[in-house]
Amino acid sequence: MSTDGYHEDEIMGKAYDSRLMRRLIVYLLPYRAKVAVSVALLFTIAALDLVGPIVVQRAIDGPIATGDLSDLWMYVLVFLTSLIVAFGLRYVQVIVMNRVGQEVMARLRVEIFAHIQNMHLQFFDRNPVGRLLTRVTSDVAALNELFTSGVVAIFGDIFTLIGIVAVLFYYSWQLALVTFIVLPFLMYATWLFKIKARESYRAVRKQTARLSAFLQEQITGMAIVQMFAQEAKTQNTFDDINADLRTAHFNSILYYALFFPGVEVLGAISIGLIIWYGGGQIVAGVLTAGALVAYIQLAERFYRPIRDLAEKYNIFQAAMAASERIFDILDTPPAIAAPLKPTHRKHVSGAVSFKNLTFAYKGEDWILKNVNLEVKAGEKIAIVGYTGAGKTSLVSLLCRFYEYQHGTISLDGVELRDWDPVELRSHIGLVLQDVFLFSGTIESNIRLGRRDITSEQVEQAALQVNATRLISRLPQGFKEPVTERGSTLSVGEKQLLSFARALAFDPSVLILDEATSSVDTDTEILIQKALAKLMEGRTAIVIAHRLSTIRHMDRIIVMHKGEIRETGTHDELIAAEGIYFRLYQLQYKDQESIAASTA
Amino acid sequence: MVLKYKKAGWLGILALTISNAFDTVAPMFLREAVDSIRSGDGQYQLWQYALAFVLMILCGGIARYFVRQTLIKASRRVEYDIRSDFFGQLLRLPRTFYHRTPTGDLITRATSDVEAVRQMIGPGVMQGANTLIVGTFAISLMMYLDWRLTLYALSPLLLMSVMMNQLANKVHRQFTIIQEHFAILQAHAQESFAGIRVVKAYTQERSRTEEFDELNRQFIEKNMRMVHLQALFIPALSLLVGASVAIVLYVGGTHIVEQTLSLGSFVAFSIYLGVLTWPTIALGWVVSLYQRGSVSTDRLNRIIDAPSEVTTRPGAVRPEHVRGKIRIQNLTFRYSPDGPDVLRGINMDIEPGQTVSIVGPTGSGKSTLIHLLSRLYEVPEGTIFIDDQDIVMWPLRDLRRTIGCVPQESFLFSNSLRDNIAFGFDAPGEVKAKKIEEAARWANLANDVDQFPKGYDTMIGERGITLSGGQKQRASLARALILNPKILILDDAFASVDTHTEEAILSELRTVTEQRTTILISHRVSTVKESDTIFVLDEGRICESGSHADLVAASGLYADMYRKQLLETELEDA
Repeated sequence: MSTDGYHEDEIMGKAYDSRLMRRLIVYLLPYRAKVAVSVALLFTIAALDLVGPIVVQRAIDGPIATGDLSDLWMYVLVFLTSLIVAFGLRYVQVIVMNRVGQEVMARLRVEIFAHIQNMHLQFFDRNPVGRLLTRVTSDVAALNELFTSGVVAIFGDIFTLIGIVAVLFYYSWQLALVTFIVLPFLMYATWLFKIKARESYRAVRKQTARLSAFLQEQITGMAIVQMFAQEAKTQNTFDDINADLRTAHFNSILYYALFFPGVEVLGAISIGLIIWYGGGQIVAGVLTAGALVAYIQLAERFYRPIRDLAEKYNIFQAAMAASERIFDILDTPPAIAAPLKPTHRKHVSGAVSFKNLTFAYKGEDWILKNVNLEVKAGEKIAIVGYTGAGKTSLVSLLCRFYEYQHGTISLDGVELRDWDPVELRSHIGLVLQDVFLFSGTIESNIRLGRRDITSEQVEQAALQVNATRLISRLPQGFKEPVTERGSTLSVGEKQLLSFARALAFDPSVLILDEATSSVDTDTEILIQKALAKLMEGRTAIVIAHRLSTIRHMDRIIVMHKGEIRETGTHDELIAAEGIYFRLYQLQYKDQESIAASTA
Repeated sequence: MVLKYKKAGWLGILALTISNAFDTVAPMFLREAVDSIRSGDGQYQLWQYALAFVLMILCGGIARYFVRQTLIKASRRVEYDIRSDFFGQLLRLPRTFYHRTPTGDLITRATSDVEAVRQMIGPGVMQGANTLIVGTFAISLMMYLDWRLTLYALSPLLLMSVMMNQLANKVHRQFTIIQEHFAILQAHAQESFAGIRVVKAYTQERSRTEEFDELNRQFIEKNMRMVHLQALFIPALSLLVGASVAIVLYVGGTHIVEQTLSLGSFVAFSIYLGVLTWPTIALGWVVSLYQRGSVSTDRLNRIIDAPSEVTTRPGAVRPEHVRGKIRIQNLTFRYSPDGPDVLRGINMDIEPGQTVSIVGPTGSGKSTLIHLLSRLYEVPEGTIFIDDQDIVMWPLRDLRRTIGCVPQESFLFSNSLRDNIAFGFDAPGEVKAKKIEEAARWANLANDVDQFPKGYDTMIGERGITLSGGQKQRASLARALILNPKILILDDAFASVDTHTEEAILSELRTVTEQRTTILISHRVSTVKESDTIFVLDEGRICESGSHADLVAASGLYADMYRKQLLETELEDA
C-alpha cells in the first residue's frame, strides 16, 4: 500500500489492465458453469436476433414481391416465435449473470472486511475509517457492472457483430465492404473520445473528491466557522471549488456533444453508401429489394455495440481503478501474523514480563526505551506518568497491537511472537478510556460475539460491576437498544458496561486504561467498587489517572519519557520524593491544602 | 433560480426542434430512393438521395451539438447555483440544526441530491422534450405515409410505456428496501473498523466477519428480488419493438400488395419505428429522473428554506465602547419548542475584566450557555446583554468577533498551522507572522512549533502531521488569542493538557486578562479556584455562586462535590 494514503483515492486507472483483469477473473472461477451457460445463452440470443431481418428480407422478396399473401402469416409467426424465445433467454441470462455478480460482490466484501479486521493497528492509525469503508462498499459496487454487464456482455456484442457481418457478406460481399468503409473512422472517433473522456472523467472525479472533502471538513467544523465569523471567506473558497467542478463538467459536455452526433453522421454515411451502391446493385439485378431493407436494419444494429463501447468505457475505468484500490488493501499483509507453530495454552497464570523493551511507532522516534518490568501472576500494578510517557504504548504492545523493535515481552514465559495474536488476546482483557459500544443491545454489548456466554452470565457480570441498577432503569433492560458510540448512555454508564464486558470474558490479565473524562462523584464511587471486583483473581495492569485507583495497587510504576523511573508502593514513592511525589503534589495540592485547613 | 437560464433553455429547445426536424425528414429521402430503385427511374438520382440523406443527418447533428452545449451546460450552471446556495445556508444555520443532522446526510444532499436535481433539469428536460418532439414529428410523418399502419405499429409501444411505468414503481420500492439494508451493512463495517481496538482485544474478528457475511447473504437475496424485476426491462423492450416490426411486416406487406403503400414507405416506416424506440424507453427514464429529482428538490428545499433565525436583525448596531460586560437575565432555553428546558432562569452579572468560572456535571448546560453568548443558537430576546445591549441587537459578526472561544472539542482544519492560528485574523504579512508567533507563545505552543520541521507551515491533518490532543487544544487557544477578544471563553479547554502546562498557560494568560473578561469551564479545582465568581450549574439551573472560599463555606453542591474528592485525600494521609 502506498505510504501516502490520501492519493490512493485518486488512482484513476486504465480501462483495461490485464494484470488486474486476471486477478478479477479468479473470482469468477467458482461460477464458471453459470458463466458458461450465460455465454451460451448470449450466443443463442445473437443468432435469434438475426431471424428478424432475414424474415423481413424473405417476406419482401417472397410473398410481398409476388403478391401472394397466403403464406405471409407463417413468416410473421417465425419472427414472433424467435422474439418470444429470445425474450425468455434474455431474461434467464440477466438473472444468471446478476446472481454471479451478487455472489462475487458479497465474497469480495467479506474478504476485504475480514482482511481489514486482521490488519495491525498501525494500519488503522494511517487509514481513516471512511476510506476503509469505501473499499468495502463503493469500490466493490463499481466492480458489479464489470461482472454483470462488462465481461460477459462483450461476448454478446462480439457474437452479434460476427452474426451481422456474416449475414451482410452472405447477401453481398461487395456491399458489405462498402458499408465497412466508415468503420475505421468510427473506431478513430471512439478512440479519440475514449482519450478525451478519460481526461475529463479524471478531472471531474478529482474535483468531486475535493468538494466532498471540503464539505466534510467545513460541516464538522461549522461551529468554528460561525464563532470566528468566517462565513464569507469560507463561502468564497467553496464557490471556487464548486466552479472548478463546473468547469470540469463543461469540458466533458463538449466531448459528448461532439461524439454522439458524430457517430450518427457516420452511421448516416454508411446508410447513404448502402443506398447508393446497393441501389445500383438492385438495378443491376445482383441484390434484391428485401436484402436492401435487411441491410439498412442490420447496419443500424452493427454500429450500436461499437458506439456503446465508448459509454462502457467509464464503467470499465471505474472498475479498474476500484479493483486496484481493493487489491492494494488485500496485498498488504498484516504486520502481525500468527507464527507457523503457535503456542497453545488453555489457561495462563497471567505472569507478564517486559525485558529490555524498546519501541517506536516509526523510525527512531523511541517511545519506550529499554523497559524492564516483571508482573507476577495475580499482581496488581498501576502505571502513572505524564501524557506521552509511553503508558498506553506499553499496554498496546502487550496486546500485540504493534510490533516492537528490540527486547522481549512474554506471557507465562512465552514470548509474544510465539503466540497466535488471537489466542494471546483471548487471555487478555482490555478496557479502554474511550468506551466503544456496538449497535445492538446492552446484552449484546456485554457478550459481543461469544455465544458461549449465557444470558445468566451476562446478568451476573452486570450485577458484579454494579451495572444492574442502571440497566434496570432502562425500559427494556438488557434488551435495550444501544446505538453506535452509545450516545444514549452517559460516560459513567458506558464505563460500567465495559467493565461488565471484561468481566464476562474472564481474562487472566486485565489491562485498564482509566477514563480521564470526569464523571460525577456518585458514579465515580460505583466505578471504583466495580473496578475492585473486576481485578479480583487476575493480573491487573492499570494506567491510573486517579489517586483512588492507585491506593489499592500492589505496586506503582512511574513512567517518564519512555522509561520506568520509579517502582514501589505509594508510601515508598512518596518517601522517595521523586517524580511520583511531584506528580502527586501537583495534582492534589489543592485538596491537601484544604484538608490541612479543615483538619 | 432556474429562471436565470430561461434563455439558454429556449435556445436549447429550439436547437432540439431543428435537430429533430432534420433527423425525421431524412428517412423520407430513403423512401424516395428505394421507390426510385423499384420503379427503375435511373441511377443518376440515387447518389443525390443518399447525399441528401447524409446532409440532413449532418445538419441534425450540428443542431444536436448545440442542444448539449445549451441545455446540459445550463443544468451544470444551475447545479453550481443550487450547491452554492445550499452551502451558504449551511453557513447560516444554527447549532440546533447540526445536532439533529448527521454530516453524511448533508454531504449526500450537497452531492447526490444536487446531482439528481440537475439530471431532472438537464438530461431530464432534454430527453423529455426530445421524446415529445420526435414523437410528434415521426408519428405525423408515419400517419402521412399510412395512418392505419401507424395505429397498428404503435400499439406495442404504448403497451411498453405503460408496462415500464408499472415496473419502475415496483423497482423503486425494492430499491428503497435495498438502500436500507445497505445502510445496515455499511454501519456494521463502520463500527467494526472504528472499534477495531475492542474487536481485537476481545478477539471478535471472526464473529464480526460471520455477522458481516450473514448480512451480505441477505443483501444478495434482496438484490436478486430487484434483479428479477429489472431483468424484464431490456428483454421486454426487444420483444415489443420486435412485435411492432412484425406487425408492420404483416399489415404493411398486405398494404404493399394492395398498392396502398410503397416499399420505400415501408422502409421509412421501419426506420421511424427504430427512431421512436429510444424516446419511448427514455420516457420511463425521464419519469424516474423526474421522480428522483423532485424528491431531491424537496430534500434540498427543506434545508434551503429552513428559517435561519440567527441573523443580524434590522437596526442592529455595535455599541460604541466594547468593554466586555455581560449580563444574563432570567434566561430559559430549550433546543426545540417541545423539548425539555436545557437552561432555567439563569442570572449572571460579569463586570469587564472579571474572570468567572462555571462548573457542574456533564449535561448541566455549561456548553449551551456559552454557545448562547455567541448566538450559535437563537437567544430569547431580553435575556443576554453584552455592554448593556441585547445580543440579538448586535450585528452578528461584531458580536462573534468580540468573543473568543476555545471550544471543548478543538477542531482544526487541514491547513497549515499558520492558517489555523490566523483563521479569523487578517493583517498584512509581517504583522500577521508576528501576531501568530505571539499567540502561539501565549498558548504555550511556540516550543512545540519549533520542533516541527516546517514550523508554522506544517500541514495539519491527514496530509500533514497529527497533533496530540494537547497540541490541538493549544493551537485552538492560539486561534482565539490572536484576535485579542474582549471576552475569552475557555470551555474545558485544558482537558488534554497536563496540569503542569495548564498552570503555565493560565498564569501567562492572567498577565493579559486585565483588560479582558474571561469565562472558564473546567473540572479542575486549580483552574476555577482563583476566579472572581464560580457559578455551579446543575440540571440547567445555577444552584450556587460565589468565590471558592464562599462556596466551600456554603456547604452546598460545590462543597459537597469537593468534600467527596477530599475524602480520598484524607484517607491517603491517614
